[in-house]
Amino acid sequence: MNLMRLFGGRAGSAPVARERLQILLAHERGRSGAPDLLETLRSEILSVVSKHVDLDPDKIVIRMDRGKFVSMLEVDIEVPNGVQRSKMVAAS
Amino acid sequence: MAKVLVVTSGKGGVGKTTSTAALGAALAQMGQNVVVIDFDVGLRNLDLVMGAERRVVFDLINVVQGVAKLPQALIRDKRLENLWLLPASQTRDKDALTEEGVKRVIADLKTKFDWILCDSPAGIERGATLAMRYADEAIIVTNPEVSSVRDSDRIIGMLDSKTARAERGERVEKHLLVTRYDAGRAARGEMLSIDDILEILATPLLGIVPESQDVLRASNVGCPVTLNNAGSAPARAYSDAVRRLMGEQIEMKVPVERKGLMDRLLRRRAA
Repeated sequence: MNLMRLFGGRAGSAPVARERLQILLAHERGRSGAPDLLETLRSEILSVVSKHVDLDPDKIVIRMDRGKFVSMLEVDIEVPNGVQRSKMVAAS
Repeated sequence: MAKVLVVTSGKGGVGKTTSTAALGAALAQMGQNVVVIDFDVGLRNLDLVMGAERRVVFDLINVVQGVAKLPQALIRDKRLENLWLLPASQTRDKDALTEEGVKRVIADLKTKFDWILCDSPAGIERGATLAMRYADEAIIVTNPEVSSVRDSDRIIGMLDSKTARAERGERVEKHLLVTRYDAGRAARGEMLSIDDILEILATPLLGIVPESQDVLRASNVGCPVTLNNAGSAPARAYSDAVRRLMGEQIEMKVPVERKGLMDRLLRRRAA
């Protein structure tokens, strides 16, 4: 194994570590950075959407990715088919 | 003006206690009045690393609960007369440490010392939040390893939200201390580099402590590495870190442990 590495047989694992960390922390910072804000958004979006559509509260995912220049709020709402209370409202 | 410094990390086993002892001793060597406090209630170890394990009579919990007075619990270092230790208790009741009690002890210590170094327990539970609660500055100890970097990120978030300073709208000054660094492996792409870690954590670098046999050797004999072998690469790294803490501008070098041929041959037997 050492010989293989000597002859350039395998690239280092550090770049992989770096990339995994960057992706992971982008998600975790959104979650732990402002837990109150996200929870408020979650419950308010839930109440608005559920006026028009039956929703499973567990099927709402709200995530915030904080970037250097732009932050992204991602709202993922799973709407069950055939159980619309009234007309469906697009919410995304 | 006394400074309260917390040495923290999130993940266990990255070198918080070793670093607290080494930094505390290095500060004391520079003539500062220093006390190191072990906040790891239940699993105390700072006394062992400092070589004072047989001199503990009273501890932090005794002081918080009023069983002992602060001067009774403070242990003076045998080597440096301006270095003191306030040991942790081995009691299993972690709730014995209260926020109010810690506040009182730290306020008391502030009148007697220039530097108060708090050795935080690992994790993000109450013990860790209490250790950082009244900190003015924080040293986040990180290994070049994914789990350690991730946990450091969590801790940095807590320093910005759960400390008394943060709640007053002030900042806790943060410093990153990278330990167990192997420059050779980083150069070969086998280990996260300093630049990688700094980019991910976005926290100013205080020092780079190289992976070295001297660290274990020092803790084996109960002596801070900066005192045990002041010329060794980790000791120099800690001393430089302390001088940066005191405001000196020192070039950041990646210290390398010099290994002779015999060291290499005897590697398994040493340390």
